[in-house]
Amino acid sequence: MSSQPITSSGSFASPDTPRRDLLDECVHCGFCLPSCPTFVLYGEEMDSPRGRIYLMRAALDGAPINEEMVTHFDRCLGCMSCETACPSGVHYGELIEATRAQVERSYRRPLSTRLQRWIVFSLFPYPKRLAVARRFLRLYQQSGLERLVRTTRLLSMAPKFLQTMESIAPRIGPRESIAEFLPSLTETRGTVALLVGCVQGSFFPQVNEATVRVLRSEGFDVVVPTDQGCCGALSAHVGRLDEAREFARRLIDTFEAHEVEAVIVNSAGCGSTMKEYGEMLSGDRDYADRARAFGDRTRDIAEFLAGIEPIAPRHPLEITVAYHDACHLGHAQRVKQQPRQLLSAIAGITVREISEGEICCGSAGVYNIFEGLAAAQLGDRKAGNVASTAAQLLIAANPGCTMQIASALERLGTPMPTLHTIELLDASIQGESSEDLLERLTRRDGSRTGG
Amino acid sequence: MNNLASLLERLRLIFHEGTGLLTDPAMLRTFECDGLAHHRVIPAVVVLPTTAEQVEQTISICHDLGVPFVARGNGTGLSAGALPVAEGVVISLSRFRRIIEIDAPNMRAVVEPGVINLDLTKASVGDDLYYAPDPSSQQVCSIGGNVAENSGGAHCLKYGFTTHHITGLEVVTPDGELISLGAGKCVDAPGYDLLGAFIGSEGTLGVATKITTKLLKRPELVKTLIAAFDSTTSAGAAVSAIIASGILPAAVEMMDALAIEAAENAVHCGYPEGANTVLIVELDGPEGEVLAGMERVEAFCRECGAGELRIAADDEERALIWKGRKSAFAAIGTLSPDFIVQDGVIPRTSLPQVLAEIAELSRTSGIRVANVFHAGDGNLHPLVLFDERIAGDLETANAVSGAIIDLCIKYGGSITGEHGVGADKVSYMGKMFTEADLDTMQMVRCAFDVDNLSNPGKIFPTPRLCGEVPGRHHGVHPLVLSGEAELF
Repeated sequence: MSSQPITSSGSFASPDTPRRDLLDECVHCGFCLPSCPTFVLYGEEMDSPRGRIYLMRAALDGAPINEEMVTHFDRCLGCMSCETACPSGVHYGELIEATRAQVERSYRRPLSTRLQRWIVFSLFPYPKRLAVARRFLRLYQQSGLERLVRTTRLLSMAPKFLQTMESIAPRIGPRESIAEFLPSLTETRGTVALLVGCVQGSFFPQVNEATVRVLRSEGFDVVVPTDQGCCGALSAHVGRLDEAREFARRLIDTFEAHEVEAVIVNSAGCGSTMKEYGEMLSGDRDYADRARAFGDRTRDIAEFLAGIEPIAPRHPLEITVAYHDACHLGHAQRVKQQPRQLLSAIAGITVREISEGEICCGSAGVYNIFEGLAAAQLGDRKAGNVASTAAQLLIAANPGCTMQIASALERLGTPMPTLHTIELLDASIQGESSEDLLERLTRRDGSRTGG
Repeated sequence: MNNLASLLERLRLIFHEGTGLLTDPAMLRTFECDGLAHHRVIPAVVVLPTTAEQVEQTISICHDLGVPFVARGNGTGLSAGALPVAEGVVISLSRFRRIIEIDAPNMRAVVEPGVINLDLTKASVGDDLYYAPDPSSQQVCSIGGNVAENSGGAHCLKYGFTTHHITGLEVVTPDGELISLGAGKCVDAPGYDLLGAFIGSEGTLGVATKITTKLLKRPELVKTLIAAFDSTTSAGAAVSAIIASGILPAAVEMMDALAIEAAENAVHCGYPEGANTVLIVELDGPEGEVLAGMERVEAFCRECGAGELRIAADDEERALIWKGRKSAFAAIGTLSPDFIVQDGVIPRTSLPQVLAEIAELSRTSGIRVANVFHAGDGNLHPLVLFDERIAGDLETANAVSGAIIDLCIKYGGSITGEHGVGADKVSYMGKMFTEADLDTMQMVRCAFDVDNLSNPGKIFPTPRLCGEVPGRHHGVHPLVLSGEAELF
C-alpha cells in the first residue's frame, strides 16, 4: 500500500508537481523570449518559456493536459537558455522537469511515439546494450552497408527517428578499455574519479582517453569505477524522474566506494544532472545528504582544470577554432569562461565566437530523435553560424552537440572537424603539431562520407 | 455566440487552425496579458499573421462583424496596452518579423512590425549603423510595439523617442484598408502629420504592417561613467549641474538603493558597493568632445559629493553597467513576487521634492518603492512592490502607484513618459486633461475608427464619440452626419 498522499493540484498530481511559488517568480517581462530556440523558430507565446509557464499554471488550475498542451511542453529543448536570460531568476529547469513528469504519468501518447520512446530508453541509458549497438554500428559503417544505404536512400522508408539516429551517428573507431586506476604521471596532487558516460563512452571513447591523459599529466591519480551505469540525465530531461532517481542512486553507490576530491565529467548533459542530484533526491531519506555531497563534488573537466594551477607544459598549436557552448554547460552549469580560458592559454590558438551562441543546436539529449523537424531547423541554423566563423575546427563539450552539429555541417556542405575541448588540450600537451592534428581529423572524418 | 462562429468560419479561410489561429482555452490564456501582468483578459481568438494581407483580411472581417481587435507585439508593454478584449481577436505580430531591407547609404531600414528592436541594431552593425531608440526591453520588445507606444529608452535624452526615428509606415486602418503614412525613406511628407498621429496612438488607429526607420551612424567614442552618491538629492544636483553646463549626455540614469539591490541580485552588475544611489552618465560623439566632456562630468559629480566613481574601461564593462540598469524592472522579481512599474514625468528640478514625497508615501503605506529613472529628462520609473497573494496588497499598491501619478501632475508633469496610457492609466487621463481635451483627441480616433474596434478600452476613460452623450459608444459622429466633418 502506498503511504504517499495523492493531493490533486488541478490537472497535476503529487509527487513532482510544478511548484506554484516557483511559477509565481515569473513576472512576465518576456526577456526569455528571444533566448528560446522554439520562440525563435515559431514566434508564438506558447513556444516560449513565459508561455509554457502560463500553460503550467493553467494545468495547475485545472486545464486539461491535452495534445495541444503536450505539444508545447514537448517542443521545449530544456536548454536552459531562458534561465541565463531571466532577470528574475525563475527556476525554469525545475518547472519543466516536474511538468514532464506529470505528462509522462497522465498523458497517453500515440502508440508509435510510445514505441519510439521505449526503444530509446531501453538502449541509451545502458552502457552494455550500447556496446552491442556500437559493434553493429561499426560493422555497418565498415562493411560498406552504410554507403549502400545512403546512396540508395534505403532508409527513406524507415521511421523518421531511425533516419535521424542513422544520420547523426559518429564514425566509430576501435575501442580501448580504460583501466580502473591510472596513476599520475608526475608527483600526485590528488585523486579524482571519472564518469565515462553512456554515449561518450560508447561513441567517443577518445574523449575519455584524452581526459585521463590530461588529468594524469596535471598530476592526478584517476579512478574510473568499473560497471558505472547511466547518470539518469536523459531520463530526467524527459520527465522519467523515477527512473532517473534510480540511476542516480546506483551511480552514487558506485562512486562512493572511492575516496576522491572530485568526480570529473566531460559530457555537459551528464554533469548538469549530477550537480542537481541533491534536489532530485531531496525526498529520499537514505540518499538526500549523499546526493548533495555527490553533486557538490561533481566538476566539468574544463571547470576543474581552470580551477587548478596547470603544471603540464602546453605546446603551441597554430589553429583557429570556433567554440560552441553546450547548453548544459553554458546555461545549466554556467561554465562559459573556463573552456575559453583553457583554449586561449594554448599559444597559437585563436578562439572565434559563434553568433547566436546562446541558441541551442537542437540536440538537447534525445530531442533530435523525438522532435526531428525542429531539431533539424535548429541544427541548420547552428551549422550556418558555425560555418560563417570560417574556423578550422569546431570545439564542443557534449557528445550530443558534436553529433548534431557535425551532421548539420555536412548536410550544409560545409563539413568541419569537431573535437572536445579536452582533446585539443590533450593534443597540445602531447605536442602534436597542428598539421598532424588536422590531418588525423581529416582521415577520421573522411571515412565518414565514404571518401 | 453566433458572431464568434461566423468570425471563426471566416478566419479559418485565412489561417491554419492550431498554428495561425488559436482557440484552445489554455493557449488563449497565454495571451491574456502583456508585461503588466495584473491586467488580464482572455481573448476569444488569437491569430498569428505573417503577411500584411493576412492582417488586412483579419481586420476586414472584424470590421464586417463588429468584432474588436487588439494588436500585440512581443507582449512586453508596461501599460496593458495590448490587453485583449474578451469577445475580441488578438492579432499577434510576433511571427511577422522579417528585416526587409537595410539601406545603408540612405541610413534607413524597412522592417516588419514583429522585428525585435535590438535585432535591427544587430543587423546594421556590419554597416556601422544602429537603431537609436533603446527601451530597456530592447532585447525582446518589437518595433511595432515601439511605434504603438512611442517608446523611449535611456538614450532618448539626446536622440529622442521612436517618433523621431520613423519616416514611413504601412498601416491597416480599422476598416481594413492598407494605406501608407509618411514619406517612406524621406524625412517629411506634406499635409497633416498623420505619421506623427499614428505613432504613439497605442493601437487605436490601426495596425502597422511595415515600418521604415532611420538608422544612425555609430558614434566614434562612447564613454560611460558610474558614480555612487549618498542620496538621490546629491545625485540629482549632479544631474542639474551637468545639464546646466550645456553638456548633452546620451543618457543620464539614476537608481536608488532598492533598485541597485535588485539589479545586483539578478545580474551581478558590480555597482559601487554600499551606494545609496548610483548615477550613470554616458557621453558619445567625436573623441575629443567626449573626453573633454567626461572630465567635466566627473568634476561635477565630485563637487556634488560622489563617492566611488569609475569610467568603464571597455565595452564589456560598459555593457555590464547597462545590463544592471536595463534588467532593473524584471530584476525586482528577485525582491518581490509582484510589482507595478510606474512611469511619470516631472520637471527635472522637482526631483528631490518628488522623491521625498514618494519615500513618505512608501513609509506610511508600508509598500516598498524602488526608484529607477531617466534622470536627464525627469522620467521617473518608481517600482511599487507588492504580493498579490496577500489580501489587500494589490489595492494598497495601486493606491500608492496612483498617488505617485498625482504627485507628478501636482508638480506640473505627466502621467506617462514612455510606457503609454494603455488600459492601466485610463482613469488618470481625466486628471491631466479636461473633457474638451479628451473629446478633441477622440475626434482623431473617430476619423480612423468609427466603430471603436481597434484596441478599445485604451487611452480614454470613457469611450465615446466627441460631442455625444456619455454612454453611447457607437454610431456615426454628428459632425459627420451633418456633413461638417469627413471620415478618412
